[in-house]
Amino acid sequence: MLAIIGTVPDQDFPLVAGDVGLVDDKIYIQGKRVSVNRGTPALLASAIKTCEVLDIPGPLGYLVGDIGRGAGSRSLYEHLSRILGKCNYNTIAFHYLQPDVDWHNRVLFAVEEMTQRPVLIADAGFMYAAKMSGQSYEYDLFTPDIGELAFLADEEAPHPFYTRGFILHEENRIPDLISRAYTHQNAARYLLVKGEKDYVADSEGIRAVVDHPSEDAMEAIGGTGDTVTGIASALIESGMPVHDAAVAAIRANRLAGSYAKPTPATQVKEIVEYIPRALEEILHKDEGISEQIRA
Amino acid sequence: MRKLAFLNNIFKQRKSEPAPEGPKVDRGILVFENTSEVIRAEGILKKKGWDIRVMGPPPEIRSGCDLIIEIPLIEELNILRTLEEVGNPPLQMVPVSSPLLQPVDLFQKKDFGRHLMIRAANMKLTIDKETQVIVNVSGGGCPDVPYLAQEMVGKSLSEAPGPREIGHTLCGYALHLAYEEMIRRC
Repeated sequence: MLAIIGTVPDQDFPLVAGDVGLVDDKIYIQGKRVSVNRGTPALLASAIKTCEVLDIPGPLGYLVGDIGRGAGSRSLYEHLSRILGKCNYNTIAFHYLQPDVDWHNRVLFAVEEMTQRPVLIADAGFMYAAKMSGQSYEYDLFTPDIGELAFLADEEAPHPFYTRGFILHEENRIPDLISRAYTHQNAARYLLVKGEKDYVADSEGIRAVVDHPSEDAMEAIGGTGDTVTGIASALIESGMPVHDAAVAAIRANRLAGSYAKPTPATQVKEIVEYIPRALEEILHKDEGISEQIRA
Repeated sequence: MRKLAFLNNIFKQRKSEPAPEGPKVDRGILVFENTSEVIRAEGILKKKGWDIRVMGPPPEIRSGCDLIIEIPLIEELNILRTLEEVGNPPLQMVPVSSPLLQPVDLFQKKDFGRHLMIRAANMKLTIDKETQVIVNVSGGGCPDVPYLAQEMVGKSLSEAPGPREIGHTLCGYALHLAYEEMIRRC
């Protein structure tokens, strides 16, 4: 089973865990409803759409309300540190949580107690905490954008807000940044880097570059990084190798974006609608996808 | 007796070998419970005209999503009194001599024609240039980002709450920098 862990932007939203449904532009969990706007609800929505296409069970969600004060995140960290060791998941995607190194470490301890180690994916705040903890190598996939990649590449930076001046956030620096992140052991087994060109890399270097279809407006649309992580998580859950899942997710996300004919004012829920069509096309059109696009 | 010996030792040391020129300690940092309190204190202190800076903490007190305020030590008492008066005192004040982390201060602009996007660190803010309505907020990984987007998208720059007022994290602070830069350019 795929577990997706994150927050929703409502401080009164209680800690809930359970199956997640998607109807129109809302996700449903334990009788509660959340708009698919961006953040973890967008990741969940894209994962659900992907699971439907793949005909596999949908994700289990662990959600709590947090608007940045951190109390919700801490209650979720605490809950996970108690229960994860007894759970049985194939894949876990950690997402928007207040970065907190101590709590991150407790959650990772709990993961180590699991009978079977799941594939671990980290994005957003949890990825920041994972890097800060010095244990990035415990993860199978990080999904940074370029600002976050610069943070991974800067061994001194505790947050993307503080990357040092010589670590330039420029598209043409991405190969150097990837290399630097691996040199300092601040990258997961695979990196999926989201940008004008998307990259999949491992410690050996860049394994795939995808740059089409290309929609300039996608960069401005909040949540498009969340959807690519959601698609990748569900593909990995289906048994696809991490590298291939990352590449297919990038391609599907770009294609879905292109189908939505986006402008910088497009909202991510409009793109989520096109994920099944994009995935169908990609998965059925090129079954030898990994061979074709491997660098 | 022991104290006297200690003072004598210092005196001897000063007389015989001048202390090496170390870094000048004239700045201190205020450490707060959370980023929201830092952001609030920054607003109050800047309004009063003090020469303060929001910076990153030294490694020994980092926990993951932190800001501190660098102050001139000479103003410590006045600054602490001001913050206590408004009910926003720091947890502690620590003198600093080593360089602190500088927040990212470069902005990147992307002009889409009708829309303009400004990026500060990992946060992006996009507006419709004709109406000045905020159409998207993207990037970031702290939990106030979806909340900030929810509260700001669809409102004009003049109507939308400033990220510094309702944000609580470094991502919120970075978005505020993008927001201020956007206002400066519009």
